[in-house]
Amino acid sequence: MATHAAYMPGAKLSAGSVLWSWITTVDHKRIGQLYGVSAFFFFVVGGIEALIMRLQLAYPDGTLVSAQRFNELFTMHGTTMVFLAIMPMSAAFFNYMIPLMIGARDVAFPRLNALSYWIFLSGGLFLHVSFLAKAVPNGGWFGYANLTSQQFSPGHSIDFWMLGLQILGISSMLAGFNFLVTIINMRAPGMTLMRMPVFIWMSFVTQFLIVLAFPAITVALILLMFDRFFGTLFYSPAAGGDPLLWQHLFWIFGHPEVYILILPAMGIVSEVLPTFARKPLFGAPVVIYSGITIGFFGFGVWSHHMFSVGMGPVADAAFSITTMLIAVPTGVKILNWLCTLWGGSIRFQVPLYFSLGFIAMFTMGGLSGVMHASPPVDLQQTDTYFVVAHFHYVLFGGSIFGLFSGAYYWWPKITGKLLDERLGKVHFWLMMLGFNLTFFPQHYLGLIGMPRRIYTYAGDLGWNFWNLVSTIGAFTIAVSLLFFIYNVIKTTRSGRVASPDPWDGRTLEWSIPSPPPVYNFARVPHVQDRDDLWLQKYGDGHGGAPRPKAAPVTAAEIAAIHMPPSSFWPILLGLAMAMMISGLLISMYQVIVGGLLTLFFMYKFAMEYHRPADGPGH
Amino acid sequence: MADHAATHAVSHAAHDPNIGNTGLDHRKMGMWAFLGSDCMFFGSLIGTYLAYKGKSISGPTPHDVFDIPLTSYSAALLLASSLTMVLALAALRENRVKVATGWLLATAAMGLHFVLNQVYEFWTFVHHHDLTLGTSLFGSTFFVLTGFHGAHVTGGVIWLLLLVSLAWRGQLDRRDYTKVEVAGLYWHFVDIVWIAIFTIVYLIP
Repeated sequence: MATHAAYMPGAKLSAGSVLWSWITTVDHKRIGQLYGVSAFFFFVVGGIEALIMRLQLAYPDGTLVSAQRFNELFTMHGTTMVFLAIMPMSAAFFNYMIPLMIGARDVAFPRLNALSYWIFLSGGLFLHVSFLAKAVPNGGWFGYANLTSQQFSPGHSIDFWMLGLQILGISSMLAGFNFLVTIINMRAPGMTLMRMPVFIWMSFVTQFLIVLAFPAITVALILLMFDRFFGTLFYSPAAGGDPLLWQHLFWIFGHPEVYILILPAMGIVSEVLPTFARKPLFGAPVVIYSGITIGFFGFGVWSHHMFSVGMGPVADAAFSITTMLIAVPTGVKILNWLCTLWGGSIRFQVPLYFSLGFIAMFTMGGLSGVMHASPPVDLQQTDTYFVVAHFHYVLFGGSIFGLFSGAYYWWPKITGKLLDERLGKVHFWLMMLGFNLTFFPQHYLGLIGMPRRIYTYAGDLGWNFWNLVSTIGAFTIAVSLLFFIYNVIKTTRSGRVASPDPWDGRTLEWSIPSPPPVYNFARVPHVQDRDDLWLQKYGDGHGGAPRPKAAPVTAAEIAAIHMPPSSFWPILLGLAMAMMISGLLISMYQVIVGGLLTLFFMYKFAMEYHRPADGPGH
Repeated sequence: MADHAATHAVSHAAHDPNIGNTGLDHRKMGMWAFLGSDCMFFGSLIGTYLAYKGKSISGPTPHDVFDIPLTSYSAALLLASSLTMVLALAALRENRVKVATGWLLATAAMGLHFVLNQVYEFWTFVHHHDLTLGTSLFGSTFFVLTGFHGAHVTGGVIWLLLLVSLAWRGQLDRRDYTKVEVAGLYWHFVDIVWIAIFTIVYLIP
């Protein structure tokens, strides 16, 4: 088939047709790679913003950046890391691994998947156009009303932020619908819900959180947009409006968002630990139930971000209790991970290093989190560096360590090359050291009174030494990332070629070649267990024999596989939507033209496979 | 051989790429996921309306401006359009394409009538009652909530008209049942949201 030729290794292709094959791709593996590369790029951008902030704060009375620039830096750092680095890095793994781990050939809606990516990329670039327009968002990543009103934030900086987040939200929700349907509907025969790998379970819960939590911020941003552009009064105290409306809507989204950021990493760790301890995940059903419980409770704790606004003792007590409760399923998981290691025949390789780092750092972040659950304690800590330390322990120590664990774990599957173990270990230890140097002193700085978001401080407050340490730590993290980048470049050129199953894995993705062929599975597998591949290889450990090797796949079987051909409607539709939304900043004509184009491309998108005879539909 | 039978079942299901291994249609499930998400969207908007109810410090109050008989008529139109949507599907199931097209057209027409009523309602509010987006919290919350519902209805009307135009070009028949059914799910949802809005915004004093 002509559409397959573009994927076939060895085929001579011009640079133009390679580029065209990437921008029209609907292959979940390619889209996953696009997500991964873009997310890493934005991770570096957000990291550079952090380094500039740390340089500014290294000494008292720093003069590297102005107060205004500092506001822009922490706003863009937070927004970038949450929406453009961690979420899409998780999306990269959803895209690449979900179909492979459930034994499917693609996601349920391959073109919708491509659309999600192009909308995400447009949103990310749109946010960064603000640097060129000299209107960089500066209201914090949570953009509290009514600081964001026209009165207090004239100009376009808040507009860039609010429209950029709106674009990114559309992308996340479309991807959420897609993965929900994929996970429910495309599991290989025999893969019952409780036989799904734990990474799939955590991804599944995450998608529910995305599709149910994002509408709240969508509405919050719509109300803000109407306030700024069309003169409504939602966040205007002068007209009787209540700025707390923003805080409630934002955190009804914002707290589930915290779990959207951490659950995928928990899923990765739950795959890495059993593989490297060579034993099944301890109490896997309980880990799954805990993930579901976290998902439910995640919607009932949002006001713990608002203890300091004075909601009254009843609300404070209720949210304090739910916040302490949600620590229980999290603690259960930590216990299960530790018990997975107990008695295992452990191989200390880089993916396991990062997973162990995750457990240790995330536990520390969890402990400081439980402290905030108590309103009187929270009142002391709120808006200080203690909070900054806390959420970096869960977001960096948790999510980022977990995602790096996944990157080292699945790298050979995705690229067909093994990353260098020694360089990986250097990366891990430097990052571990740098991370703790950066953020552990911030606990102390917060407790002795250093507030968040200040662009400089006087020299006689006793904060000088630990701020310098923190800055040194931040640069250590940067150096550790250079080792990672060097590792990637070196092994891509001359690394060891990975076998299909380099870690002696347990789940379906290791049963197919590295990198997988475009159709993933020549034969759709029949699943009998959560650790299906392990059982195939070694039996069930209770006398069940390994399964006999299947007959080799014939060329006729492969020829019978139909994969969806590429499509250029996703990128056109994504660009039209971005054009429509960004037009709100430029001219109403652009909104109208963009809107009409969006409708037209939606129609073409929907009609591309209107008749089954035309090819596979979606 | 059982294994062979299972493989056969899978390859059979693979003929229609829209049907998953559960036997359910991807598109229908995707629409349900979207509707779940849209519940949270309208939930947040309605919550905002309720939070600000009676908090306006100037401008007309809801019951100075509402024309309940007109809005009741609009509500009746939308409810009736759910019936015609079901009739369209029933006809399509029996491959009576012309009848189905007629019912789809009737559904779209009633939806359009609803939207025009809303445009007229908004126009009278602005010109006769001096109620705009920026008049008061009531103006802000009312126009944004009902406006987003109206936008949903408008989207549904466009969708239905596209289906009608496909039918006129001979490109719609019982094979497309699921496509029309998915549009129907959306349409019924928009109706149900209106029942909530009509009750909460217009009827409860």
